[in-house]
Amino acid sequence: MQPVLISPSSYLLLGFFPTWFFSFLIPVIGVGLFTYIMAKRIAPLVKAAPDQRFDRIPERMLNVAKIWLAQWRQPRYMLAGVLHILIFAGFLSLGLRSSQLVIIGLKEGFVFPGMDGLLGQAYSILKDLAATWVLIACIIAAVRRGIYKPARYAVPAKYGHDHTAEAVFVLGVISTLMLSESLFEAAAVAAQVQAGAHAEFIMPLTLAWFFKVILVNASQPTLQALHIIAYYIHDLAFFFFLCFLPMGKHFHVITSLFNVFFMRVKTGNIKPVKYGINEDELDKLESFGVKKLEDFTWKHLLDFYTCADCGRCSDNCPANAVGRPLSPRFISIKGRDKIFKNYPLRGPFLKSQPLIGDIYEEDEIWSCTTCGACEQECPIGIEYIDKIVDLRRGMVDDGMVPQSLQKPLGAIGKRGNPWGKMEKKRAEWALDKEFAAQCAVKMLDEGDQADTLYFVDSISSFDDRMQKIAQATAKILKAANIDFGVLGKSEKDSGNEVRRFGEEMLFQDLKNHNTEMIKECGASRIVTADPHALNVLNKDYSGLPQVEHISQVVAKGLEAGKLRLGKVEDESKVYAYHDPCYLGRHSGVYEDPRQALDAIEGLRRVEMLRSRDRSFCCGGGGLMLFYEPEEEERMGVLRVKMAAEAGANVIVTACPFCLVNMEDAIKVAGLEGKMEAIDFSELIAKHLVQ
Amino acid sequence: MAQIFAYITYKGSVADDSALELLAAAKKIDAAAKINAVVAGSGADLNAVCTAMAASYNEVWKIDNAAMAYPNAEVIRKALVNILPAGSIVLMPHDTFGMDLGPGLSIKMNAGFASDVVGIEGVDANALKLVRQEFGGQVSTHVTCDISGGAVITLRPGSFQADESKSAGGQVVDKSANAGDLTVGRKFLEVVAAEVGDVDITKAEVLVSIGRGIEDVENIGVAQELAEAMGAVVSCSRPIVDAKWMEKSRQVGTSGQTVKPKVYMAMGISGSFQHLGGIKGNPFIVAVNKNPKAPIFQVADVGVVANILEFMPELTEKIKEM
Amino acid sequence: MEILVCVKRVPDTSENEISVAGDGKDIQRDDLVYSVNEWDNYAVEEAIQIVDRAGGNVTVVTVGGDDSEEILRREMAMGANNGILLKDDAFEGSDGKGIATILKAVAQKSKYDLILTGAQADAGAAQVGGMLAAMMDLPYASLVNKIEIIDDKKLKIGREIEGGNQEMNEINLPCVLSIQTGINEPRYVGIRGIRKVASVEIPTYGAGDLGLAASAVGVAGAKVKKIDYFVPVLGDGAEMLEGSNEEIIAKLIELLKAKGGLK
Repeated sequence: MQPVLISPSSYLLLGFFPTWFFSFLIPVIGVGLFTYIMAKRIAPLVKAAPDQRFDRIPERMLNVAKIWLAQWRQPRYMLAGVLHILIFAGFLSLGLRSSQLVIIGLKEGFVFPGMDGLLGQAYSILKDLAATWVLIACIIAAVRRGIYKPARYAVPAKYGHDHTAEAVFVLGVISTLMLSESLFEAAAVAAQVQAGAHAEFIMPLTLAWFFKVILVNASQPTLQALHIIAYYIHDLAFFFFLCFLPMGKHFHVITSLFNVFFMRVKTGNIKPVKYGINEDELDKLESFGVKKLEDFTWKHLLDFYTCADCGRCSDNCPANAVGRPLSPRFISIKGRDKIFKNYPLRGPFLKSQPLIGDIYEEDEIWSCTTCGACEQECPIGIEYIDKIVDLRRGMVDDGMVPQSLQKPLGAIGKRGNPWGKMEKKRAEWALDKEFAAQCAVKMLDEGDQADTLYFVDSISSFDDRMQKIAQATAKILKAANIDFGVLGKSEKDSGNEVRRFGEEMLFQDLKNHNTEMIKECGASRIVTADPHALNVLNKDYSGLPQVEHISQVVAKGLEAGKLRLGKVEDESKVYAYHDPCYLGRHSGVYEDPRQALDAIEGLRRVEMLRSRDRSFCCGGGGLMLFYEPEEEERMGVLRVKMAAEAGANVIVTACPFCLVNMEDAIKVAGLEGKMEAIDFSELIAKHLVQ
Repeated sequence: MAQIFAYITYKGSVADDSALELLAAAKKIDAAAKINAVVAGSGADLNAVCTAMAASYNEVWKIDNAAMAYPNAEVIRKALVNILPAGSIVLMPHDTFGMDLGPGLSIKMNAGFASDVVGIEGVDANALKLVRQEFGGQVSTHVTCDISGGAVITLRPGSFQADESKSAGGQVVDKSANAGDLTVGRKFLEVVAAEVGDVDITKAEVLVSIGRGIEDVENIGVAQELAEAMGAVVSCSRPIVDAKWMEKSRQVGTSGQTVKPKVYMAMGISGSFQHLGGIKGNPFIVAVNKNPKAPIFQVADVGVVANILEFMPELTEKIKEM
Repeated sequence: MEILVCVKRVPDTSENEISVAGDGKDIQRDDLVYSVNEWDNYAVEEAIQIVDRAGGNVTVVTVGGDDSEEILRREMAMGANNGILLKDDAFEGSDGKGIATILKAVAQKSKYDLILTGAQADAGAAQVGGMLAAMMDLPYASLVNKIEIIDDKKLKIGREIEGGNQEMNEINLPCVLSIQTGINEPRYVGIRGIRKVASVEIPTYGAGDLGLAASAVGVAGAKVKKIDYFVPVLGDGAEMLEGSNEEIIAKLIELLKAKGGLK
């Protein structure tokens, strides 16, 4: 086929200057600049703390396929998600075309090997379609961001300026790429059609097709000019875009693939203080945790680069919702801006300064309940909990711990529980006369033997109200005919929050103590009713038998016919199950408690809007009960209101901390008499049929 | 028996409540003794206090010196060392002034020292037997203090029933001339008043503490009136702070302040374990709650089953009538 | 500024329920956990903050047995530069004056610009600071809740007085101050911090090293002696007041008067 228009590779500007020179110069400068920028961007990653992200490759590949390629988490926000999927798919589709175009500027009519036949024609249709849908998506997105302005993109004054301009600008650049590519092709096809020569097929109703229809009667010089101009606009826009990506939130276009590959593959656990340093060597470390930028691991810095500023984390963050001074999105954005500042594109790298008091505030870092909603939501695998914990480790190391937390930490160190209650009173809940008469509990610390250890943990051992959970749990275990006992005074706080609040050495002591006691007691199985204990024993301890939550035990018992539940006591009640963060998101137990509740005959159950992996934290457990956050409202209050909205009048929790917070929240919200809270174990124990 | 002196503190022209409590305590040491008072300060207020004290004390030793216009314990200590006879027993209140003055004075007088005494059980030879408290009142102790070389004893305000008999018919003796050199290394500058709303409930001796039984922010005034009548400070439980009805600094509990009052009025507080964790020092707890099963009744000394919104105004009225 | 802070190891009241032992001679100590006296901890924090601003060293000193070394290490983990343990059988049974005598001896071994103590302890008499100052003829102020450095000769200090008011004073250096809680926010000391100073040597001095006569300290020198412990008489559970509101209130007012609840 003989092209009618002169290609950019042979065109002479003003009749003498070969434009192929630009076709050569633009990519060379573009790629050179891009390489330079990327080298600067990689520098902090090289200086960062080590990380271990090359394990569990199959799972990582699966994450890439699902979360990156298939954009699995995008539709959790339907409109934004669909728009993003369209643009993402368009980018993937047009990548080949853009590369081809760059070479066409030097070699007329270049096609990649294998793309000259049917495949090439199919691709040609695909890329025209892609350019069209990307343009449409960009227009909708720009209107949405520029005019409708969804609340989650707003930038509170303390976090700096609004980011809308950058977003709309980039949408403009993308649109320019789509328009110029289509125009380039449409001009050529129009000229072919005018000359009656063979013309490429253009899919009707695509962008290129519209251009062709418009241009089909234009003069040939006009078409020639448009062809060349469109080409260089595309070429410039393409390389500009490439170099612009690493300057801001669109860096994710490059980094997200890697970030998803390297993302967290386990849930619930906390990273070691330093990868490559085992627990016995911790004393040798000069400093603990993250104090300055380079103390973050390279993956955590990559997270900062990768944040697309979409605001989904903060939109789901309970701390943010109640006005605590924490917004996970800005943990990333502030971190990224700090890297950009300390590692400038021109000039020497700056000396690293402490982050606390600079970009992060103490209260901001203590505000996190480690509920995991942010990580669950992030469409590109950014982590927050480990960063928060690492920052806390740094603060603990420097003595920066709020007074309200110093007391319970000190008490855990001395007495093994945050209230400083005496060790010997740990199993007093089991000695209550009335209870003991119905349900004798074996004391494994006093020489009794049992197959199953019931790990009670501090709050259910010592809090008058939560002791009822311990008693109910014991009754269920007895009813299920499980031979169980407790560690009594030999049990210490499991340390889930101790670790998450950054007091690593105290956690190590607790872990070593409990591990030894558990192994010594000889039980072959562990059950708990406290999801925080469940999580830490399963995820942060090692070498223990598998730990099960009581709801799992109940679900299994019901299935096996070992447990039977009777008719619901009060038919007027409507129950809503609240997923505790450490049972749901961190341990993946969503269905067992629901199945068990549904096994109570006649029990009416509704779901809250936020349930399962989008459950809304009650306010936090463990040491969080002692922390005094700055907040406008309590998380629990929001949560009980959600339950009320769902039409429930009983909230069923499966975690003692949730129960504390819910019962308090019901009072604060003024819903007493209208709403009540009960623990899963209590509700099941009430309905046991012997 | 050595001469006993009561050190009288005063504000304006009025002696502190402790003035006559010291007299009662002195009589527990020696019922037959003629007790002297010593008052330091400057000007007309000092004279008025001395005159008033003469009704209750045998001799009132007046030390008038411009350097004592504000009671700087360092200055007063020097004067007392020069003026008081060796071997004297000096009583003073265990307050922020007594804590400043007492220990150093005992050294300079080469006397024994016992502080924050809540009971006096008599003298055996040279051993004065006293009752003190430790660990915030969780336990009490008997101690003996050797008074052969004199003693300085600070007494917990309110622990002794004031001796109001005013039967001494005493006289004021001006000892100002004997004060001696009063140069010290500490100079009083000013008193910075506590900011409004910056009440330190941890230091209050009587707390009227409100919980959810107050029902509405509008009703807090009812508690404030009771507190005013009792000379108490209003504190609260966490829900009140969460509702933003009172400042965080008023909250009693493990997540709030730890208080050590003498009397704790738990008004409409159910008595969660987090709340009770903030109450130390074994205070006398009065609980008023609608719910007869409220856990607060297990730890309270006295309980009343009533609606606080009805009960508190009545109580306030009766106290005001007194 | 060279600062000496006197600290004491005490049963931690927030972690313990204190009860009287069977014979009444002591409190029940079997299940007690100990820590540094809360007030002393504020004093150490304040000393560290002063040194951070003005330079110098913080030395913590305590009179006690081998057990007391742990609190010295804890305070050194906070940031105190040196620790001194004063240990001697002869020190046992010392009253406040005896402790002050021992501390004076060590304070005079080096030159200190400022000596801090806690204002009081749960089982103490709020006495040592004032006694030490008088023995050393140094200016003294108690219940200090604010310290500003004017120059190397003077401090401006605030004392916490009744009603939450603050009494401001100027005081000459060297001086002794007893520190009230709330003057600062003491930093956290984790297990790791304590391990870091685990092997630092802490000098120990006895009566002989300090040139003290055995008769001046310990039981021999004590004018104040503890005889026994007992539990103040208290009822079990609430006495429920019943009857008409009028009767209840009359009874309540009577009780409140007796307990010092009415002023």
